[in-house]
Amino acid sequence: MFGYIIRRILGVIPVMAIVALVVFLLLRLTPGDPAAILAGDSATAAQLERIRESLGLNDPLHLQFFNWIRQLLQGDLGTSLISNTDVSQMIGRRINPTINLAVMTIIISVLMAVPMGVIAAWRHRSWIDYGVMTFSVLGFSVPVFVIGYIFIQIFAIELRWVPVQGYAHPTQDLMGFFQRAILPSLTLATIYVALIARMTRASMLEVLGEDYIRTARAKGVRENVVLFRHALRNAAVPIMTIIGTGFALLISGVVVTESVFNIPGIGRLTVDAILARDYPVIQAMILLTAGIYVLVNLLIDISYSLIDPRIRY
Amino acid sequence: MQFKSRNFDRAETILDICNLSVCLPDQPDIAPVLDGINLTIRAGETACLVGESGSGKSVTSLAVMGLLPKGSLTVSAGEIRLDDTDLLTLSPSDMRKVRARRIAMIFQEPMTALNPVMRVGEQIEEVLTTHEKALSSKVRRGRVLDIMAQVHLPEVERIYGSYPHQLSGGQRQRIMIAMALVLEPKLLIADEPTTALDVTTQGQILSLIAELQERHGTAVLFVTHDMGVVAEIADTVHVMQYGCIVEHAPVERLLRQPQEEYTRKLLSAVPSLVPRPTRPAMLDDNVLEVRNMEKVYAQGGFLVRKAGTLAATGVDLSIARGRTLGIVGESGSGKSTVARCILRLVDPTSGEIRVAGTEIARLSRRALRPHRKHFQIVFQDPFRSLNPRWTVSRSLTEGPVNFGITRRDALSRAGELMELVGLPRDALARYPHQFSGGQRQRIAIARAVAMRPDVLVADEAVSALDVSVQAQVIELLDDIQEKLGIAILFITHDLRVAAQICDDVVVMQRGVVVEYGPAGEVLSQPRHDYTRSLIEAAPGRLWDFANFREIRTA
Amino acid sequence: MADVQQPTSGMQVVLGALSLPKKWRLGIGPIIAVIVLLAIVMAAVFAPLYVPYDPSQMSSTNRLQPSSAEHLFGTDPYGRDLFSRVVTGGQVSLLIGIGSAIVSVLVGLAIGLVSGFFRIADAIIMRVMDSLMAIPAILLAIALVALSGPSITSVIIAITIPEVPRVVRLVRSVVLGAREEPYVEAAIALGSSMPRILWQHLMPNTLSPLIVQGTYICASAILTEAILSFLGAGVSTEIPTWGNIMAEGRTYFQVNPGLIFWPGLMLSLCILSINLLGDTARDILDPRLKKREA
Repeated sequence: MFGYIIRRILGVIPVMAIVALVVFLLLRLTPGDPAAILAGDSATAAQLERIRESLGLNDPLHLQFFNWIRQLLQGDLGTSLISNTDVSQMIGRRINPTINLAVMTIIISVLMAVPMGVIAAWRHRSWIDYGVMTFSVLGFSVPVFVIGYIFIQIFAIELRWVPVQGYAHPTQDLMGFFQRAILPSLTLATIYVALIARMTRASMLEVLGEDYIRTARAKGVRENVVLFRHALRNAAVPIMTIIGTGFALLISGVVVTESVFNIPGIGRLTVDAILARDYPVIQAMILLTAGIYVLVNLLIDISYSLIDPRIRY
Repeated sequence: MQFKSRNFDRAETILDICNLSVCLPDQPDIAPVLDGINLTIRAGETACLVGESGSGKSVTSLAVMGLLPKGSLTVSAGEIRLDDTDLLTLSPSDMRKVRARRIAMIFQEPMTALNPVMRVGEQIEEVLTTHEKALSSKVRRGRVLDIMAQVHLPEVERIYGSYPHQLSGGQRQRIMIAMALVLEPKLLIADEPTTALDVTTQGQILSLIAELQERHGTAVLFVTHDMGVVAEIADTVHVMQYGCIVEHAPVERLLRQPQEEYTRKLLSAVPSLVPRPTRPAMLDDNVLEVRNMEKVYAQGGFLVRKAGTLAATGVDLSIARGRTLGIVGESGSGKSTVARCILRLVDPTSGEIRVAGTEIARLSRRALRPHRKHFQIVFQDPFRSLNPRWTVSRSLTEGPVNFGITRRDALSRAGELMELVGLPRDALARYPHQFSGGQRQRIAIARAVAMRPDVLVADEAVSALDVSVQAQVIELLDDIQEKLGIAILFITHDLRVAAQICDDVVVMQRGVVVEYGPAGEVLSQPRHDYTRSLIEAAPGRLWDFANFREIRTA
Repeated sequence: MADVQQPTSGMQVVLGALSLPKKWRLGIGPIIAVIVLLAIVMAAVFAPLYVPYDPSQMSSTNRLQPSSAEHLFGTDPYGRDLFSRVVTGGQVSLLIGIGSAIVSVLVGLAIGLVSGFFRIADAIIMRVMDSLMAIPAILLAIALVALSGPSITSVIIAITIPEVPRVVRLVRSVVLGAREEPYVEAAIALGSSMPRILWQHLMPNTLSPLIVQGTYICASAILTEAILSFLGAGVSTEIPTWGNIMAEGRTYFQVNPGLIFWPGLMLSLCILSINLLGDTARDILDPRLKKREA
């Protein structure tokens, strides 16, 4: 088990190295010149050349890559071209709202989606099942910002239950935080709930057809015990997998939701950086989110063995 | 042959099924799945429900448990009386109380019937927590350990905390039996409980069920397709066909004087354990020779090297043209590994394989391809051995076309082959799903024979078939061998089948050949203890089913 | 456990017989989906023939009009007719959806077949695919589009890159599963060459799941395009798309909610119908149903 964890952690290294390489190449090979952005429209060719030299953009590509990696390994994410501040500091200042939003979304999603999926599978082909499936197809189909604006229109403008936009720090104003975070979390949760509910239902349907479910029923076990004790645990591995891979959707959703609700998180930071073509920030953000994604999925992989005793490493 | 001959005339009736019909809901034009079943079981009696696949025997047992799959099957008429209560009128929660307490059930496949993520002890204990809520946890555990000891599990404390995948097939089925009997129900339903087990384990489980039945006076409804098992354990036998019980009688009367045509047919198809008369050996013209072959499955991954699993070692065998060699053994004996090595579907670790004079064990995949026409295979599962997207004619011409025969010639030969295996020529244009299991197996044989091979490997080729179909396919193989002079390597776990088709037999155990000789000798005067135990474990071995009498030793 | 598969029980035969008619009972959902989708496609394709106004004709006197007989959906902040823009906006979205689906499926199929068959290539390909999957799709897409300039091609490329690994995984898992099937082993025994087995026996198994997957990719590509445009990193703003109509309207959505509502509705209906068709295709082509049917 311990050896397996070590091996898995070591396995992250090549994945992250390839991520770094892909990100680097994609950004460098697409047309566009960071020096031109930094210099502004009125710069002369000589100025441009000087900036290029100072940024190391005239070095061969592989040298640029290794220099960047070396910096990364020293914990230096680079410096913003626009604001000239340290990227890790920029991220540090903006990451809290994003983490709070993400955690709240995941909790809401799992608490809603898993029971929905279980009941839909249990009552296969009933109106509850069709209801859950309809919701889940809708959740996939309506873009997250449309959902956001619909929520704002209904809950903030018509009903005036919560403020329209903005963010409050939970340590300063807990009530205010929840008031402002609930709509973005629900918005973000929609697609995640759709995803998890769908997978829970599919996985449960498969497990409910297994022989050991029939055995449990033949023992006279009550139906809720059959569902939650026997079936759900066996159905859990694919559900956890989808929570992990769906994390990518969550990251995308955060970017949009923060724009819609005007939340000062790293999603907004990234969009602003991309629109301003602020290369070091873009690189750092993509690498960071990829790293988080890999880490979350690593933890989920390792936790499979807690659920299923047949998985031993 | 000693049959059970107890008299149940005065025993109380436990289960009384009256005129039970089961059908598909909202499809009145389809024939019912069960059509007016009548069946009684008395205390202490073992009633066997026997029939081929699709006869409705499993549906009957699930109907009694109230476990028919919702929405796809419903009871349309009749009563199921257990001690004078009609189970069909009970509410779902009352029916739950009946299960495990008054009727319990064990299933065919003990691996899938146990919850893989729960400890087996907890799974037995769950019966008690569900039905005997007043018990303290200590008493509960005591009772679980007691019933585990009663089903002769070793080290009950350790096994209590084990997961199903850590136990052997036989142990898992013992757990199932313990789970079923912990509340001492009056009726035990056993649905093919030994079918997935090896023959020696099967014998142990059958005698365990008999022992516990004796001790607790349980009535048993035993569903099986195996006449050998019936002869071994039944008091009364009910023969099913197309959802009806066609005949029922005490076991000895049924086996000696079957009244119905279908019963006679079913019994006649059971292959005899007595080897068929030996065929004269032809010239010593070996088309397949295997010398000192070994196969080790490597384990471990990229970085870690572990000792591999030894699947087969020191295997020597040879087959002459027109002869049949059987490899028999239980699961894990390595018999299929040998077959796959000879086909080079896996690569043997060491040793020689000589087919039609060519040494093939070391040839590269590419160099091997021209030689592939000399040896062909027929697989066990007729539903997976034909490409479902291909017409029969495409499957039958694939091989010949690979070896440079024109499509037109291959097609006309495919037509001849269809006739050879007893199928109409015009069936060539059809797809596999339009055929029954037995017909598909015929097509698979035709595909192999299309290559005019020297050696045909049949890997459990008749094991998935009903007994009557099995007999026909065996006959077909015999017929083809006679016409074409092919050598057949026949892999089987079933000694009865081996006795009927093989000239020589290899007995394998844990990857090693323990006995090798003419079928007549090996199966009637086994020299090795393992062979002897295999033969002794074969159920109904003293009965000659096809002739409705004891086996007469000549 | 003996390595024997026993005759299928009566139950299974019954269930198998059942699944055949049931799978054709599709219900009304897919029919509505087809009608809605056809309507949207026709509306977009033939938009130039019937729209009342040039979708890019600005008018400073007509800004942010509410809906009226003249302007069915009202006008946008630049005085352009919203109805004309919304129906025309479907063209780009549908093009990008279909284009991304086709490119992703073809590229994914090629890589997946290679990966499922050559063990050495597999190890490397799968590491690269894992890495690509770890990169958040939206971020990668906006970065690519923002840096390489807004065009339909770059949007399609940006959407395709993160979708390809999913297709590869799908194809590979189907190939690896089918490789163990006895009929493939029989083909090996019949002397068929590896490329032939790969193409004739294994590849057809991937078609059904790929059709389903392609449908989902089409839907998600349309969604991604909208998000890109919304964030200001999509197709050039001169061409109306559902995404950039909403992006331009977002600041005024309290004045005229139709600026978000109408393009949002079209977009959602379009994606919804495609997703429903995907689900229907999956129900029909589900390999497990097929197995039981056999």
